[in-house]
Amino acid sequence: MDIQVTVIGREGTALILDAPTDMNMSLMELCKSYELPVEGTCGGMALCASCHLYVLSDHNLPEPTDDELAMLDSAFFVKSNSRLGCQIRLTDALEGLVVALAPV
Amino acid sequence: MPTPPVETDILIIGAGPVGLFAVFEAGLLKMRCHLVDVLPQVGGQLTEIYPKKPIYDIPGYPSVLAGDLVQNLMQQIEPFNPGFTLGERAESLEKLADGRWQLTTERGTVLLAPAVFIAGGLGCFEPRKPPIDNIDHFEDHGVEYFVRNPELYRDKRIVIAGGGDSALDWTIFLSHVAKQVTLVHRRTEFRGAPDSVEKVHELANAGKIKLITNAEVVSLQGNGTLSGVHIAHDTEGTFDLPTDHFVPLFGLTPKLGPIAEWGLQVNKGAIEVDTLDYRTNVPGIFAIGDINTYPGKLKLILCGFHEATLACQSAFDLVFPGRKRSFKYTTVTGIEGLAS
Repeated sequence: MDIQVTVIGREGTALILDAPTDMNMSLMELCKSYELPVEGTCGGMALCASCHLYVLSDHNLPEPTDDELAMLDSAFFVKSNSRLGCQIRLTDALEGLVVALAPV
Repeated sequence: MPTPPVETDILIIGAGPVGLFAVFEAGLLKMRCHLVDVLPQVGGQLTEIYPKKPIYDIPGYPSVLAGDLVQNLMQQIEPFNPGFTLGERAESLEKLADGRWQLTTERGTVLLAPAVFIAGGLGCFEPRKPPIDNIDHFEDHGVEYFVRNPELYRDKRIVIAGGGDSALDWTIFLSHVAKQVTLVHRRTEFRGAPDSVEKVHELANAGKIKLITNAEVVSLQGNGTLSGVHIAHDTEGTFDLPTDHFVPLFGLTPKLGPIAEWGLQVNKGAIEVDTLDYRTNVPGIFAIGDINTYPGKLKLILCGFHEATLACQSAFDLVFPGRKRSFKYTTVTGIEGLAS
């Protein structure tokens, strides 16, 4: 089953993306598959912060790992709702998730 | 007396898995290789970033640790006796009158070869620069992204930004050297080693350093040379802090680096190649592995191995012009005879 995730681009345009939950896909990979400007340079190892985004809906996401927190610590434009898209797995619980891409 | 240049057949920039495997394929065609890498050890990301992570998509290996794969590759290419220049960044590349390429590293090592393979992976790791207007203008005029020589800060005022180990370690070290050390960190907690965190708090409590948390440096002041920073605090508003140096320490991020200046067709940080043999737009220069791009590109080690293999076939024509290329099955010829 697909869920729907809203991604707000850096210019403020909101896109509703259909996201499969049975492909073990991350939010970063989803953005890349829709050719959004998310580089994902490190391939998803929480090492580059090029998939930095803000979670705007009040979904209960799994807590960030130490690796993710360490990376966010050296990223810029970090806010309390900052996450790395590569560390967020797409699951049914994320139906209706709204995120905004952070500036690069 | 200057060291004579290193002469080889294929100059490989980047000693990650793909660069290493290129040595094997080149060796089968009797070509010698020399590898250059900015990192002090071979293996690229596999050794530097995730040596203990298992890789599951190397054909024939249900699982192999990244570090072990590098060791195996080193063993595999050992018969071909490649040369290595490690811990030096490839800086400039020029074509010589005799048709060969001359590569010069940041330390002035000169290498010559008729063919160059760029196997640079993500590129060079460079310091992450904070998004502050005009920060470029103050580089080397008060803003440094590394502490190269601590003596530079003797009896000076310095503002360090960041929350990781290097920010903490340098704050501690420079507290004995500089006139005034201020550490600015965006959060209250630090992610560095607990001992260092404790030490920084001790120094702050003793008045040896100034610790400003929940704050960021948002702009820089000075006329040509840095004279102060402007700090925004989460709850206490903004204020100015006079300083001689600002050293933001936010870790490293991969950048294409000097390679971007070599006249190659670059698309979104990757080098465009022709899938015929992974040649770039510049004859004699090939790009293989994660650093290249083409329609259908997948950044996988196994794809890089294939790219290295095909590039070697065309490099042969540059290394041995006019000679017939022979394609070898290792099951038929083995490798010992070839390596001798």
